[in-house]
Amino acid sequence: MADVRFLLTGDTSVCVEFGNEISEPINAQIRAFNIALSSSSISGIVETVPTYRSLMVHYDPEVIRYAPLMEKLKGLLGQLDKITIPPSEVLEIPVLYGGEEMGPDLKFVAEHAGKTEEEVIKIHTSTEYLIYMLGFTPGFTYLGGMDEAIATPRLKTPRVKIPAGSVGIAGSQTGVYPIDSPGGWQLIGRTPVRMYDAGRATPILPQAGQYIKFYAIDQAEFDKIAAQEAAEGYQVKRHPRKEGGK
Amino acid sequence: MSITVLNPGLLTTVQDQGRIGYQQFGVSVSGVMDPRSAALANILAGNDQGEAVLECTMMGPQLQFDRANVIAITGGDLGPTLDGNAIPNYQAVAVKAGQVLKFTAPKSGCRAFIAFAGGLDIPLTMGSRSTYMKAKIGGFNGRKLEKGDQIGFRAPVDTLSRMEDRVLKPEFAPKPVYTLRVVLGPQDDAFTDAGVDTFLSGTYTVTPEFDRMGCRLDGPVIAHKDGGDIISDGIAFGAIQVPSAGTPIIMLGDRQTTGGYTKIATVITADFRTLAQLKAGDKVQFVKVPVEYAQGLLLAQRSAMKALSRINA
Repeated sequence: MADVRFLLTGDTSVCVEFGNEISEPINAQIRAFNIALSSSSISGIVETVPTYRSLMVHYDPEVIRYAPLMEKLKGLLGQLDKITIPPSEVLEIPVLYGGEEMGPDLKFVAEHAGKTEEEVIKIHTSTEYLIYMLGFTPGFTYLGGMDEAIATPRLKTPRVKIPAGSVGIAGSQTGVYPIDSPGGWQLIGRTPVRMYDAGRATPILPQAGQYIKFYAIDQAEFDKIAAQEAAEGYQVKRHPRKEGGK
Repeated sequence: MSITVLNPGLLTTVQDQGRIGYQQFGVSVSGVMDPRSAALANILAGNDQGEAVLECTMMGPQLQFDRANVIAITGGDLGPTLDGNAIPNYQAVAVKAGQVLKFTAPKSGCRAFIAFAGGLDIPLTMGSRSTYMKAKIGGFNGRKLEKGDQIGFRAPVDTLSRMEDRVLKPEFAPKPVYTLRVVLGPQDDAFTDAGVDTFLSGTYTVTPEFDRMGCRLDGPVIAHKDGGDIISDGIAFGAIQVPSAGTPIIMLGDRQTTGGYTKIATVITADFRTLAQLKAGDKVQFVKVPVEYAQGLLLAQRSAMKALSRINA
C-alpha cells in the first residue's frame, strides 16, 4: 500500500488513489478498501465511488472533519491484510449473438478477426470480464480483459439509436448498453437482461469489482428471459469467482 | 392538480438535494445547483431543508395556482410577479387559488428556487425527486417542465404561522468580478507551477457554454506538465476540469460521475451560492483556501440554517 495517495477533491470528499494504471491488482485493492470502509465504524461517510484506480469517498464534514477522517482512512489501509474480503461475484449474462436485429456487426467483427462467427462467440464467451467501474450513463460498465483477437475498431458513423441490452465491441473494449443511446460500438448481440431499471428495488444490476461472463442463448431462451424480466423480473445466475478464474 | 405550467421558461426543473448513493452505478447526483439557497426557500416555506423545489434558469416560468399555497423564492432575482404585481424574493408569500406567478426578466444572477409549502407531488426515483435529464429520470417525467404540465402539491396550506417573520435578506449581489474560493487538487500536481499561478491570478469569463452539467470558462491558458488526460476518476460538485486546451470547466449538478481530464481544484461548498448564479459574460477569479477553512465556512452556514429552521419548530 506504499503507493496510496490521498487527493483533495474539495471540502466534502477525498480521492484515495491506489495507482496510475488500469490493472486487476489495483482494482482488487480498491474493492477491498471499499468493503473494509463500508464495514468499518467510521461515521459520516455519505457514499463511495470506485473507479479504475481510485476510490472517491464522499463524507459529511459536520460528522467528521478532514484531518480525523484522513487518520481513520490511513488506519484502515494499514489493517487491510487483516480483513477477510469475500471473493468477487461472477454475473452470468445471456446473449443472443448475431442476426440482423440483435447483432448486425458480428459478421464484420468475424471478418476483421479472420475468424468464423462461431469462433468470435466462443472467444467472447470464454472470458470473465472484470467490471472496473461504472460511469458515463447509469449502469454502463467499463469491462477489462477482452481477447485482442476479436478487437475491432468502432463504426465510422455511429448509430443514432442503439437499443438497451446491446452487446458491443469498441477497440479492445466490450460491454452492454444499459439504456437506449447513440453509439459507435460494433454490435455483436443483445441480452434480454435489464442491466438498468430505474423503478426496480436494485436499479442497477452490475457493481464495480464483480465480473461478467457472457453465454450464448437462442431466440426461444431470449424470449423466455425477456418475458420474465417484463413480469416479475429475471434473476441472473451468479457465483463466487474462483481464484485465477477466466 | 395544483399548479399548471402556462409557460415553462428557459429551463425549469424539479430538484432536491440530489440523488445520493448511486454515483458508484454511474448515476449523476443532479440536485439543485445551489443547495443552500434551495434550503433557505424551504425553511421560509415551512418545509424540511431538503424538500424538492423548482429550479428556474434565467427566464423563469409562468405558473397558475389551481389551489392556494405558500411559496418562497430565493437565489437570483428573476423578477417574480403575482398577477402582475412584483413580489419579494427571500420571503414567504401566500398565493391564492387562481393567481398566476410570472417571472418578468432576470435582474441579477441566473437561477431562482421556488419552494412550495408541503412539497410537490413528485415520486421518488432512487430516493430523490431531482430531475436527471440525460437519463430521463426523476422530477416531472424525467424532463424539464413544458407548457401544460400540471404538478400537484402534497400538503398545501393557505398560510403559515409567523408569516411576518418569514423574511430574509437576499444573498446574491452582482459584482464586476466574482471570487470563487477553491481547494487545490486532486490533480494540481499535473500542472506546472506557472500553470497553477495562472489559474490563481487570471480573470476568467463565463462562456455561453454553461448548463447543469458544467460551466466552461475562457481566459489565460493553464499549462500542464504533460497534457490534460488522466485515467478516469471520480468528479466532485465544483471540480474544475482543465483539459489539454488549458481553459477550465467547472463541473456542476448533472456532471458525469467519472471523467478523464485533470482537475486543478474544487470550488468550496460555501461558494456554490455564487457559482450557481454565474452567467455568460460574468468574470471570475479563483482564490485558494485550506480545506479546514472551507469546512469551517460550510459548518457556519449550516448552523445558521439550523437556527433559521427553528421558525418551523
